[in-house]
Amino acid sequence: MKRTKPAKKVPSLWSSVDWLTIFIYLVLLALGWMSVCGACYDYDQAGSILDFSTRSGMQIVWIASSMLLAFLILMIDDRLFESLSYIIYICFLALLFVTPFLAHDIKGSLSWIKVGSFSIQPAEFAKFGVSLCLAKVMSIYGFDIRKWRDFIICVALIAIPMGLIIMQKETGTALVYSALFLMLYREGMPGCLLFTAIAAVVYFVVGVRFADEPLWGIKEMSLGQGVVMLLILIFTIGLFLVYKPQSSSQKGRNLSLPLWAGLALSLAAILFARFVYPFNAVWVIIVVCGASVIYLLYLSLRYRALSYFLIALFTLGSVGFHYSANFVLNNVMEPHQQKRIRVLLGLEDDPRGAGYNVIQAKIAIGSGGLEGKGFLNGTQTKLKYVPEQDTDFIFCTVGEEEGFIGCAVVLLLFLSLILRLMHLAERQPYTFGRVYGYCVLSIFIFHIFINVGMVLGLTPVIGIPLPFFSYGGSSLWGFTILLFIFLRIDAGRSRRQR
Amino acid sequence: MDGKQEAKDAKKASYELEKRKYVIGGTATLIIIVYLLRLFTLQLLSEDFKISADSNAFLKRIQYPARGAISDRNGKLLVYNQPAYDVMVIMTEQIGVDTLDLCESLGITRDWYERRMEEIKDSRRNPGYSRHTQQLFMNQLSTEEFSRFQEKLFRFPGFYIQKRSIRQYNYPNAAQLLGDIGEVGPEDIEADSYYRSGDYIGKLGVERSYETVLRGEKGMEILLRDARGRLKGRYQNGKFDVAPVPGRNLKMSIDIELQALGERLMKGKLGSIVAIEPSTGEVLCMVSSPTYDPRIMIGRQRGKSQKLLAQNPLKPLLNRAIMGQYPPGSTFKTGQALTFLQEGIITPSTAFSCNHGFHYKGLKVGCHGHGSPLPLVPAIATSCNGYFCWGLYHMFSNRKKYKTVQDAMTVWKDYMVSMGFGYKLGIDLPGEKRGMIPNASTYDKAYRGSWSGLTVISISIGQGEVNLTPLQIANLGATIANRGYYITPHVVKEVQGMPLDTLYTKKHWTRVGREHYETVVAGMRQAVLGGTCRIANTSDYEVCGKTGTAQNPHGQDHSVFMGFAPRENPKIAICVYVENGTWGATYGVPIGALMMEQYINGKLSEASEAKAAGFEMKSLYKTDNSENEKN
Repeated sequence: MKRTKPAKKVPSLWSSVDWLTIFIYLVLLALGWMSVCGACYDYDQAGSILDFSTRSGMQIVWIASSMLLAFLILMIDDRLFESLSYIIYICFLALLFVTPFLAHDIKGSLSWIKVGSFSIQPAEFAKFGVSLCLAKVMSIYGFDIRKWRDFIICVALIAIPMGLIIMQKETGTALVYSALFLMLYREGMPGCLLFTAIAAVVYFVVGVRFADEPLWGIKEMSLGQGVVMLLILIFTIGLFLVYKPQSSSQKGRNLSLPLWAGLALSLAAILFARFVYPFNAVWVIIVVCGASVIYLLYLSLRYRALSYFLIALFTLGSVGFHYSANFVLNNVMEPHQQKRIRVLLGLEDDPRGAGYNVIQAKIAIGSGGLEGKGFLNGTQTKLKYVPEQDTDFIFCTVGEEEGFIGCAVVLLLFLSLILRLMHLAERQPYTFGRVYGYCVLSIFIFHIFINVGMVLGLTPVIGIPLPFFSYGGSSLWGFTILLFIFLRIDAGRSRRQR
Repeated sequence: MDGKQEAKDAKKASYELEKRKYVIGGTATLIIIVYLLRLFTLQLLSEDFKISADSNAFLKRIQYPARGAISDRNGKLLVYNQPAYDVMVIMTEQIGVDTLDLCESLGITRDWYERRMEEIKDSRRNPGYSRHTQQLFMNQLSTEEFSRFQEKLFRFPGFYIQKRSIRQYNYPNAAQLLGDIGEVGPEDIEADSYYRSGDYIGKLGVERSYETVLRGEKGMEILLRDARGRLKGRYQNGKFDVAPVPGRNLKMSIDIELQALGERLMKGKLGSIVAIEPSTGEVLCMVSSPTYDPRIMIGRQRGKSQKLLAQNPLKPLLNRAIMGQYPPGSTFKTGQALTFLQEGIITPSTAFSCNHGFHYKGLKVGCHGHGSPLPLVPAIATSCNGYFCWGLYHMFSNRKKYKTVQDAMTVWKDYMVSMGFGYKLGIDLPGEKRGMIPNASTYDKAYRGSWSGLTVISISIGQGEVNLTPLQIANLGATIANRGYYITPHVVKEVQGMPLDTLYTKKHWTRVGREHYETVVAGMRQAVLGGTCRIANTSDYEVCGKTGTAQNPHGQDHSVFMGFAPRENPKIAICVYVENGTWGATYGVPIGALMMEQYINGKLSEASEAKAAGFEMKSLYKTDNSENEKN
């Protein structure tokens, strides 16, 4: 039986594996290699880009070994991943734990272990271990994320490796794990939790980033404050519409009307400040927020509905968070911490200083135009104006050499990869495959969102690689393993269905 | 039942949850759309980044072409290039330089440094200013200064050395002719976008008039510069580099030996010598005195020298040959004779009486003693005033031929203009003056319409309102030598690889027939043989000449000589104009004779050399310090 089974399985594997994903993967690898060539090309040693002493030559080694790795993974029985998931997770925890003690200090990071002549970064590989473990735990019969106990287990499974990676001073990589909450959301985590978390990030980023800019030419108003306060009102109305109790006593009455009126009043105040008499209309919005809170509390008492109370809490909490965040940043944090955050948010405009990367990245991309300067013809990346141009800022090379067309192709390839993975995840007959699939695509979304965003000056600069593009074996192997385990699981879905 | 319900609920819940994939997929799609929009604005809507990228990565180094060399008509090198070193600065890069050290290394004061920096940043005075490009900080370091500074250059980021070439002169002569080069002024930059702050431009002489030919075309080398300012070779292997085009060499028509002799002879005198090769219009020498040594205008001392020369009351910067406007005196009579002959007012045998001058209706124009009455040839030879006054009188009062005196005047003026008077000849030097030939309306205005030939009689003897430049007088000589035509005088014989402007090859015929010219030539020959120009006579070749003694209400009369030699196939036509030189025969004739001898024989005889030395010693004005600048 055991001898005949593999012979029977192999053809079914090649027919059931998702070739579309593999195709996108290979195209991205090829484009990635071109970008590394462009980024590493050295005018002084204008030799062969295939030379193994150069990074572009080495990247070929990494790409070839990744493809071999992918093949090997496809050869493994998919049930093995499920059964080994706990062991893999524990092994990675142990590895992450010892890493800072074995690591060499590279630019302040303690995440690299030297193996022979190569350095590997365990944090890059741990992603698939954590994902497997989450998938395993969540596929246990009776698991329900809406139970507090189960939810906390999931959070803990994510938080422990995050904490260990933060100890390696790799905050960026650690933050990647927060992407797994996207998967938790898919699996039933209350949307309002995810929403509240995202809202908090938005309040913070927008509020601090635009604190000192005038809103719509009104000098008295801060753009950050105004926008955040308006967002709070809009979010409140949105939550009200989504979570209003389906109680019979409210039928026929539009309870959201006062909230809309408040929003209209706020906008009218801003219009008044813009065109009639300039004043700080934020005060009006604060009063509106206060009135909304009182109104919601009244509703919750009147209809004995908890949801109104929670929405009121959200509104109150939002306003509180917004003001306390500004206060903490300006009055509690140390100057160097403040600076770091300001630079992350693009507030410090100091070429050669901390914001230099972002400025140079924008210059490199912006100079690419529609069609780009052509393969190996970029000047900004090759002349080292963009720091980390072959790793975290690799997208600059794409922008400069391949232009808008190249960037659009790359971004659309990534989008199609994500959507394809989502499709594959949704077709999994069992929770394990689906959860793992969502882990994979959540991680991809986060990497692309942050990496491309920071290069474009839209998101804070968090040093994480662009999948398949950034130079380096660890990240390429990490993403390959992550992706191909899922493809292997997906390829075995029909057998499981049987 | 319970289990079934539970399963149903679970199925419903799972269906509800599956809808969340739209939220996640929608979010991912939204992110990509936002990023594409951002890319669109960065890459397609803004040019700023391209400019920033270029100024980041490209160091555009200007390659200066070698300026064309200048030689004389015999191929003797007059002006050539020598290396000099300019100190350039890029403002954005020079932050943090130890200014004290810099000032010490360049031998400048702190004050000078600060003033210069202000000047550079002042976009009014420095219109091409940019913080990112090289600006001239200090020009023309000598080789020693340069090597001293070069050693320390690494300590001064943002400072660069640019090798330039400046002019060097082989002869101390022909300063006003050759001109010089200096740093471009704001008006030059505004007028021609070719120039950048710190470039050199021809300021005077042929350096100015042939600027575009001499300068060549600047080239550009595009170098790649990395983030630390290190050069990383040429952009695209120099595909976009532009090689500099060297300037064209000029061959002047000047004979430098003749020029040098002219300057020697004119030493201590104010005035000018212009010699022209009649058959080509080439100017053989153009002396303007006082002059200066062109070598004082080289390099950083130019500013100082320039100021001193400009302040000198004798105006050495003025090229009197083309800018000085003088009464031509009796040399003008040749032109009158030609006009009268052509108009039929006189024939060669027409004789007028002259009793120590022209006396008519109470008007008297004096003359010296000679036989009377006399026909045209001796009248020219003896430079009889009376003869030409009568001639003009007869012309202007001839109511058969001319309806009014105005008509006669207009005809007369047209003759003068056809001989090259009254307008700029168009020589290839900057600043030529047109002189003055009055016309009818000039007198109508001055005399309210009531005037006659008698009123303006002095124009017939080159006085009154008539003014010519020495060049125009020399050109008159050339025209007579050519028997009726001239070619616009020019100082450049050949431009390397380029045909000469057609203006300098075209013959301008006057309105006078050739046969009349022969008559005048006979008169001029007679003047040399037995008239006013006897000193110029030589057995070597036939000299023709005409003296002039131009009355000068402000002091001593001016001494003028106009002549050419030999009589047949003339090689040289000349004008000598010595301010306050009294009689034409005192300075004009002997100087003219020496010049002709030098040019025709190629050297001066011993006796002539002694004469020349004598003239060199004669000074007509007090020599002051600034004249010593020359030596």
